[in-house]
Amino acid sequence: MNQLKLSILDLLKEDARLTPARIATMLGASEADVSRAIAEMERDHVIVKYSAVINWNKLDDEKVTALIEVQCSPERGHGFERIAERIYLYPEVKSVYLMSGAFDLLVEIEGKNLKEVASFVSNKLSTIESVLSTKTYFILKKYKQDGVIFEEPEDDERLPVSP
Amino acid sequence: MKNRKTTNVCPCRRKKPSAEGKGSVPMIKDKVLPQNAPDLEQKQDAGMERYLSSRVRAIPPSGIRRFFDLVSGSKDIISLGVGEPDFATPWRVRDAAVYALEKGRTQYTANAGLSELREAIGRYLHQRFQLQYDPAKEIIVTVGGSEGIDLALRALVEPGDEVLVPEPTYLPYAPMTTLCGGVPIGIETFAKDQFKLTEESLRAHLTPKSKVLILCYPSNPTGGIMTYEDLLPIAKVVKEHDLIVISDEIYAELTYGTRHVSIASLPGMKERTIVVSGFSKAFAMTGWRMGYACGHPDLIGAMLKIHQYSIMCAPIMGQIAALESLSPTGMEEMMRMIESYNQRRRLIVDGFRQIGLPCHEPQGAFYAFPSIQQTGLTSEEFAQRLVVEAKVAAVPGHVFGKGGEGFIRCSYATSVSQLIEALDRIDKFLNKIRVV
Repeated sequence: MNQLKLSILDLLKEDARLTPARIATMLGASEADVSRAIAEMERDHVIVKYSAVINWNKLDDEKVTALIEVQCSPERGHGFERIAERIYLYPEVKSVYLMSGAFDLLVEIEGKNLKEVASFVSNKLSTIESVLSTKTYFILKKYKQDGVIFEEPEDDERLPVSP
Repeated sequence: MKNRKTTNVCPCRRKKPSAEGKGSVPMIKDKVLPQNAPDLEQKQDAGMERYLSSRVRAIPPSGIRRFFDLVSGSKDIISLGVGEPDFATPWRVRDAAVYALEKGRTQYTANAGLSELREAIGRYLHQRFQLQYDPAKEIIVTVGGSEGIDLALRALVEPGDEVLVPEPTYLPYAPMTTLCGGVPIGIETFAKDQFKLTEESLRAHLTPKSKVLILCYPSNPTGGIMTYEDLLPIAKVVKEHDLIVISDEIYAELTYGTRHVSIASLPGMKERTIVVSGFSKAFAMTGWRMGYACGHPDLIGAMLKIHQYSIMCAPIMGQIAALESLSPTGMEEMMRMIESYNQRRRLIVDGFRQIGLPCHEPQGAFYAFPSIQQTGLTSEEFAQRLVVEAKVAAVPGHVFGKGGEGFIRCSYATSVSQLIEALDRIDKFLNKIRVV
């Protein structure tokens, strides 16, 4: 990965709406080079998609998110891959990670309400054959996600004019 | 003068009527005001200004002040007038200071500053700028770079000595010189030279009274820098004329595309230079007031003498925070901020050029200094109308001294979205005044 691409990703990570022209200006590169680099990264799925970071707490949304520790027995020849796939294909599953430590998969799940999450765990997740046990933790409040702090940014306290 | 004794509005004066006439209390001794001092009795006979020293009276009020009031009173302004980073001090640095407070580190330090900090500054200056100073005798930790400059001037300047200052420049050098009884001599620099000080213009301002040359590169307000090649002829003149250089290198790390060169690193210049710098700009620590000065032990020793009587020592919490800033992770945070300024620098310079304001490429600090001459307005008029009509604040160039008229200083230490919005507003404003 060359330096230009890394710099582009640094900027897009902060603001995905920056145009290639603006990125080119900020990095002192040509617009053609930047457009090409972005196209390549999109093609290679380095840039997977452009999405907004949303603070759902701001809406009167009943949505609940839970993290679930899943213990499961790996399959011969496939390890955890197929179990993970069976889990992540559910649209309510937001993320799935293979973990080191006392459990195997960490599953993030989002539901309209508590009941929906509970029912997903008992009816879908626990019933997968190789799943041995689950522990569910509901998220009460998100303070920071993907490097973004959800608290209101503080006002600019600087003097408006200084020497 | 005439009716001073009868005005008698000051409580402290009323308490001591017996001292009147005897002249035994220095504070109330009648002193003759300088000829050019305003006739204060006429304007405000109840005021206390007549007690002020003539040196203080000789200092003009800050040119930025009036403008500050105008901006502060307005709403929804995007300010490009700010002379400090838009980052808060990195958390690890703040945390180090908090931890030190919790541990009860609330004492005085050595007058020259914590020895660990001076050693860290010594290592840092060597690694980054090839400067070698003995932390025991050649480095002093000050309350901001400002104190370093004040100490240097107070240590060097005799009444009547001339202090050369390339302009446009940071405001305080001239008044600080005046306070020491010195005479500030502005040397105009020009956009065509990228606001560098040239050998010819320096020579043209030399007199037998010239004693100190203040260099502030990278420059506030122009963003100009001095390369090794630019400094060589200046160093030659300095040596020929036996000058001392006070080199304000507070923006040293904020140099883009090239590395800052300190004049003290040139052959034969170390002993003739007092390097003043600090943590405010590069490490986003303006409010901590942490600076330092380095130079020949005789000069630093003299500055330390003033410092120990007037200040005692820089605050310990700030010193501990500064030490953390110089740690490897602190340096990484600093580099990250510099890269971000560089991106915004390109954005604003490109933006100004696109909307038709000529702007020399600033290679340092975090200011752009575009020319507004083609609008036919003075920089004061332009800046004032820009605030009122376009809700963008920039500092009119004339406040920075000779050569500043016709320019405005725009700090790009503000968010990308604000910069883009500000450029857009300036563009609309320009179109409006072009049509009219």
